[in-house]
Amino acid sequence: MSFRISGPETVSEKILSAHAGRRAHAGDVVVCDVDLVLGTDASAPMAIDYFEKMGGTRVFDPSRVMFALDHYAPPSSAKTAGFHDRVRAFAREQHIAVHDVGVGISHQIAVEQGRVVAGDLVIGADSHTVTAGALGAFATGVGSSDIAAAMITGKVWLRVPDTIRVELTGKRTDGVTAKDVALALVGQLGAEGANYQTLELHGDALGTFTLEERLVISNLAVEAGAKAAIFPHDDVTERYLAGRTARQPIAMMTDADARYARAIVVDLARAKPVVALPHAPENIVALGDALDTPIQMVLLGTCTGGRVSDFHAALAVLERGGGRIAPGVQLVATPASREVYLRLLEDGTLARLASIGAVITTPGCGACCGTSGAIPGDGVNVLSTANRNFKARMGNATASIYLASPEACAAAAVTGRITDPASIG
Amino acid sequence: MTRELTGRARRLGDDVNTDYIITSTRKRDTLDEKVLARYLLETLDPSFAASVRPGDLMVAGRNFGCGSAMEIAVTVILAAGIRAVLAESFARTFYRNAINNGLVPIECDTSGIGEGDTITARFDEVRIEVENARSGTVILARPMPAFVQEMLRSGGLVAYVKRGKLGV
Repeated sequence: MSFRISGPETVSEKILSAHAGRRAHAGDVVVCDVDLVLGTDASAPMAIDYFEKMGGTRVFDPSRVMFALDHYAPPSSAKTAGFHDRVRAFAREQHIAVHDVGVGISHQIAVEQGRVVAGDLVIGADSHTVTAGALGAFATGVGSSDIAAAMITGKVWLRVPDTIRVELTGKRTDGVTAKDVALALVGQLGAEGANYQTLELHGDALGTFTLEERLVISNLAVEAGAKAAIFPHDDVTERYLAGRTARQPIAMMTDADARYARAIVVDLARAKPVVALPHAPENIVALGDALDTPIQMVLLGTCTGGRVSDFHAALAVLERGGGRIAPGVQLVATPASREVYLRLLEDGTLARLASIGAVITTPGCGACCGTSGAIPGDGVNVLSTANRNFKARMGNATASIYLASPEACAAAAVTGRITDPASIG
Repeated sequence: MTRELTGRARRLGDDVNTDYIITSTRKRDTLDEKVLARYLLETLDPSFAASVRPGDLMVAGRNFGCGSAMEIAVTVILAAGIRAVLAESFARTFYRNAINNGLVPIECDTSGIGEGDTITARFDEVRIEVENARSGTVILARPMPAFVQEMLRSGGLVAYVKRGKLGV
């Protein structure tokens, strides 16, 4: 799809042009063919209602649709169990794959199961669908009606976004995690700094970010309003996908002279561990400026902190701290998926966390959005590896949620207050 | 064709996220928008929902509807009888869900609008005027792209798909 006469293109323009069957530029509204449609138990029931209202009878291609029962895992009420039954019944009738309670968070399993490769267009009725941009796809969150329309027609309308070029350069110092880099980027851009726009990741430091770390950065981009957050497909992606898919990625590169809305440079050598203060992810301060804030609940999990490397990093800090949790702290550990859960079972991580006193909960969204799992008590301060800390997010409007890396969360579990993990042990 | 919406302004601030519009914990109990409308914006103001009258207009600052892409945040506002939201800016997923459901998103300078002001929005194909009866001022809102106007005229995505306009 390269017609030089029409000028250079960004990755977003290339992917959306390829799926629209015509050259599309930033600002155009196009109708695109979708490669993958994601629904969850929080959005699919409403999508099924829309599907019926739209007169839908058959799903265009069941192999391109997947549902994950992740928000109410396990069901927290008879009503939510009913949402699951509705999704299962629809999926059975339409031959759609349902990833049932315990399989994990949609954004994690779509990637783990090799459902996404570079060049794909992925839509999901969940804002954190942007996560899959880590593999070089254009992945974006939409509403339930959009996925209903896509299930019928195989198509979605999209405005082609402008692009912000993000250059990751320099070398991270010890103790600076991908979560810190991602949160700092949200703080720098602000809550709507990337609204309607794609973040395109570039720079000489890209190769130092593992696929798991890239997922965190793409995921958190939506907290700055981004429509997509796209990494290039490279050796890191190839290694991750090996054995997960037979599909051929279509690695897209932005043309050298493509037009960006703006460019920002992230000098990793200057990056520091950070914390997002209540009640917005953009409220970023250096961890050093939040020290000693009392913490009564720690959440290790979610689509920005529930992967194997996250739990390994957290456990290492807990071990350095003497392998115990401070009195009065509740530590909740929720693997992002069953694959993660099994790996952590096999290597002994979960046994160790449980012996230390962590509550291990069902893979899924867990306590992150107050839909299932542990709800904080009145006035409780939570330190969480999640991506969102809005008031009442975890189900209690009087709780205060702070966001940080798995290492910082583990350090707070050891001391009962926000603590520099480097000072533990 | 000129269209007009008049209503009482219900004033909100910046960064009103969809969890604030309707909390996920309420969504656990029902997906019936009429029931959920009783809890509209309860995290910000527990008395808000009871004070809403059909025909009210929601007026906010920047980045309205940020956070979760949940479409029910739009349909709950509609179920409360609110037909339009005026804001300095909208988060993209909220804007998308709004036009897909026929809730009119009006992007304009809302700094001069106070709680309870009577606001009239008049639109045709090329411009949107926002008149404040209290201050007597008329301002122009950001024009709506043709596609957005077409989606709103269709009545939303359900009708749009039924007419085969997204293709099959």
